[in-house]
Amino acid sequence: MRDVSIIGAGITKFGELWDKSLRELGLMAGLEAIQDAGISSSDIDALYVGNMAAGSLVQQEHVSALIADYCAMAGAHVPSTRIEGASASGGLALRQAYMAVAGGFIDVAVVGGAEKMTDVSDSESAHTLSMGADEEWESQQGATFASLHAMMAQAHMTEFGTTREMLSAVASKNHGHAALNPQAQFPFPIKPEAVSSSGLVSDPLRMLDCAPQSDGGAAVVLCASDRAKEFSKKPISIIGSGQASDTLSLHHRASLSRMPAIAVAAERAFAQAGRKPADVSVAEIHDNFTISELIALEEIGLAERGSAGQLTLDGTTALGGAIPVNTGGGLKARGHPPGATGVAQAVEIVQQLRGSAGERQVKGATLGLLENHGGTGATAVVHLLEVN
Amino acid sequence: MGVPRFWREMPVRYNLIGSHCTGCDMYHYPPRAMCSSCHRESLGKMEEHQFAGTGQIVACTVVYQPQQGYEMHGPYPMAMIEMDEGARITAQIVDVAPEMVKRGMRVKAVFRKLGEDSESGIIYYGTKFTPVEELEPEEEESADSVEAEL
Repeated sequence: MRDVSIIGAGITKFGELWDKSLRELGLMAGLEAIQDAGISSSDIDALYVGNMAAGSLVQQEHVSALIADYCAMAGAHVPSTRIEGASASGGLALRQAYMAVAGGFIDVAVVGGAEKMTDVSDSESAHTLSMGADEEWESQQGATFASLHAMMAQAHMTEFGTTREMLSAVASKNHGHAALNPQAQFPFPIKPEAVSSSGLVSDPLRMLDCAPQSDGGAAVVLCASDRAKEFSKKPISIIGSGQASDTLSLHHRASLSRMPAIAVAAERAFAQAGRKPADVSVAEIHDNFTISELIALEEIGLAERGSAGQLTLDGTTALGGAIPVNTGGGLKARGHPPGATGVAQAVEIVQQLRGSAGERQVKGATLGLLENHGGTGATAVVHLLEVN
Repeated sequence: MGVPRFWREMPVRYNLIGSHCTGCDMYHYPPRAMCSSCHRESLGKMEEHQFAGTGQIVACTVVYQPQQGYEMHGPYPMAMIEMDEGARITAQIVDVAPEMVKRGMRVKAVFRKLGEDSESGIIYYGTKFTPVEELEPEEEESADSVEAEL
């Protein structure tokens, strides 16, 4: 297996981008990543596209060809593959590209993630997101995606004493970070009290516990490390990649306060990298709901079980704390275009490890973790990135 | 939802038909061809099982922003129910004020409308759950009493 580096990164503004189509979002992010890497299209061996639901959201399947075409790679017949794993689509695309380069099949791959959610109504896009759960035995029964996470939150509160204030602290922290990220959908702070008093979506989760439905694109360029210096002065190494599955339905899990696939994916990534959670200097965590960030931190081992809420209240996971989490604003405040989210996490960590994150820079960051999951945790993917 | 899709799911949805692994005695709903704990060993050992329809709420929430097609219901209680045989199911709780629905509550299955294609389109039915009336005697006897009542 060969070492693999990230040599370029690009991201669009996230938000309700009425004037941008899916293909434009993919192109904008891809172009920025390619320019950042200093490669030309003839250097690209393959394209991997993370996209959850273009069929439902913009009535377009075959997104791999669409993005390749509009990135002007169709003429050169660059192979392009779409990867889908609900909200984990972006992270899975990154892992597929990583394996192709690590395995020696190709040298240079572009990983793009894009989603266009606002061409349909809020109700339709929310329903599409809930297809990441079990459509037949959860969604059709009346369960919303938020209601499943609400039951997870209830369980975590009952089992560990997690409080309303702790959940609110997650959203407030991530908004505080997003205020320093011009690409974020909601680049402004909110007070924890505003979260606690926002409208109920599914008890106990409130509107400001939930990530928005967003448009956006993100891309990174992967290169075999032995060739990375040809293109980049500061390549970032992928030192660990782990993936795991779990039951599609939440009701088939032994515990509602856990997402064990995240723990397994993280263990695999740490084992490959020869590192441990305590080595991580900055992390991007999949906070589609505030409760998800708390559970994921505990699954990864960045917090002891049941203690992630208190760590968040204490400021440990905020910028300036011991382990800053979601410095880009997270899904909550940067925005959540499902196909792009996992790739956007990589873009943020690359910027952190290069020392180019501006006002939200974590000083001396050397090891970054990204955790991306789909559904209520039926697919989880964790990557570890390190600065050379 | 396509008509054939709903039609083929009718027995499972209408009658709570699941599966039972005779190898490890685990019950599954919806039915599985292979037991999730015995894997390949369960082939040939799986049998159909009609659930009694009684169980207990293990998690619940009140949905204020309803699922598509459930707009007329909100706010409505959703719950995860552990049926007495052991399998769990996610379902709406009906015929009760949302704030009355609690973890640990005994419930029973009822046959209800799940949705429809349009005003003149096909109507889909399935299983929802409703609280079982509180029974006076000791806890131990309640499960038997419920069965007798049904």
